[in-house]
Amino acid sequence: MEKGNASAVSLPRVRLLVRLPLPRSLTGYLGRGLFRFLLALQGLGAFTLITLGVTISRFGAARRLIRPLIRQEVYRAGLRLLPMFLFIAAGVGLVVIGQTVSWLAPVGAINFLGTVMVIVVVRELGPLVAALLVLARVGTANVVELGTARATGEVEALEALGIDPVHYLVVPRVLGMALGVFALTVYLILGALLSGYLWAFLQDVPLRPGDYFRQLATALSGLDFALLAVKTLAFGSIIALVTCYHGLAQPLRLEEVSRASVAAVGQSVIACVLIDAVFIIIYLTT
Amino acid sequence: MTDQPPSQTSVPAIEMAGVAFSAMRDPDTMVAEGINWTVNAGDYWVVAGLHGAGKSDFLMLTGSLMAPLRGRYRFFGEEMPIFEEERLKERLRLGLVFDGGQLFNHLTVAENVALPLCYHHNLSLTAGAAAVGALLECTALTPWAQSRPGTLGRSWQKRAGLARALALEPEVLLVDNPLAGLDPPHVHWWLGFLDQLSKGHPLMHDRPITLVATTADFHPWKGHARQFAVLRNQGFLALGAWDQLAAAGEELVRELLTEGTRTE
Repeated sequence: MEKGNASAVSLPRVRLLVRLPLPRSLTGYLGRGLFRFLLALQGLGAFTLITLGVTISRFGAARRLIRPLIRQEVYRAGLRLLPMFLFIAAGVGLVVIGQTVSWLAPVGAINFLGTVMVIVVVRELGPLVAALLVLARVGTANVVELGTARATGEVEALEALGIDPVHYLVVPRVLGMALGVFALTVYLILGALLSGYLWAFLQDVPLRPGDYFRQLATALSGLDFALLAVKTLAFGSIIALVTCYHGLAQPLRLEEVSRASVAAVGQSVIACVLIDAVFIIIYLTT
Repeated sequence: MTDQPPSQTSVPAIEMAGVAFSAMRDPDTMVAEGINWTVNAGDYWVVAGLHGAGKSDFLMLTGSLMAPLRGRYRFFGEEMPIFEEERLKERLRLGLVFDGGQLFNHLTVAENVALPLCYHHNLSLTAGAAAVGALLECTALTPWAQSRPGTLGRSWQKRAGLARALALEPEVLLVDNPLAGLDPPHVHWWLGFLDQLSKGHPLMHDRPITLVATTADFHPWKGHARQFAVLRNQGFLALGAWDQLAAAGEELVRELLTEGTRTE
């Protein structure tokens, strides 16, 4: 990877502008915010394209070294978090079923319990909760690890050895986190649906397991499965890309790592919400 | 002083003409300019400079980790820097040992040394770590093979950095400030080992390696290095052999030599 910021286009005057003391006018404030957003988007876009290019061009290269790293990342962003996710799944099932039953039972609409679970848990809450939890547990660690590696010169050492830092440090994290978020979302949804029925049963809702799962099956469509896979893979990839970008793509000093972590978390959350909004539009238009 | 080995090729190993370079961490700050320097295969150079003169940045430039601001830099006739995948083989003829070793803290010492082998020869880390036994033995690192770098002292981390740079058997080795902060036995070991590399070490199949080291003190290198240069006042001055240092008429060189004599 070439040195310096991934945003290869040099915009020194714009960068200077956004560092100036607070502007006196509201338009100046908004303008500065807009420039900051565009610069972040430019850098992140360039980093994403570099990562995509390296993933394709170096596909299969050094596979005996890289594949174990991908497996390690899948474990770190997936399997290792499973106990916590099962606990969260039980909580999500309780919250959704508890609220739904309290509103549907008085109007005799308990037949919509499965539909509500599919809309809330499968389409919205499951993927977003999974993504945010992985961001909190693994994404932040990514920024700290890579930021420290950058600050202590490990990245230069990789380059000196002819090892592409994006191939060695970023690609396994992107693939591992994408697969991890996908797998954890599936487990979270399954756990929430099962625990949902358990809570409904404990609340004496007159619903047999067969009817509940029939409601779920009726509410689910093929599109749900396809979009769930695409959405969770997108969430995992974008979290990995944003956190790796903040840790790796810009020269950092050790004291800047914490600031980079905060920025990465904020931008990851915004990116996930924006992706989610795109998927809502897809659902509504199909 | 050791005899100069015959040049392996007529093309200079390193050839800089009118080169200017910036700081690695601050691309807007120019460190030195107007560098004209030729290193032939088999040479053994020591580049001195005070703290902050830009010795590490100079090696980063020479190691192809950044591009010169101006001028032309060729490595065995190849235009530098090399970032392209297609020309990577040429770049790997050059090894770089960092000042602090710059080891990867998530790997053991053996895995650190094996990493470049594993990456370029498609080996697993376990297989690679087993293949670097000779390198670890030569650098006396075998007892720490399974240790994490953080548990090693700075002197041993430097050696691990050297072993890692040698794993790919480079033809030119750049060593950043190898003697800084070392106690006399370690200094003695480094000078002896670099001499062996310069003459031809069995580990490198007896092929002489071209060496460039940086230092803040000329004196330990007397009788070891064959060519000397100095980085000062944002410029670079090739001084020649040890005998020519005193005649250079440079205030800084005189200071470095005087300091060395006093502390010897």
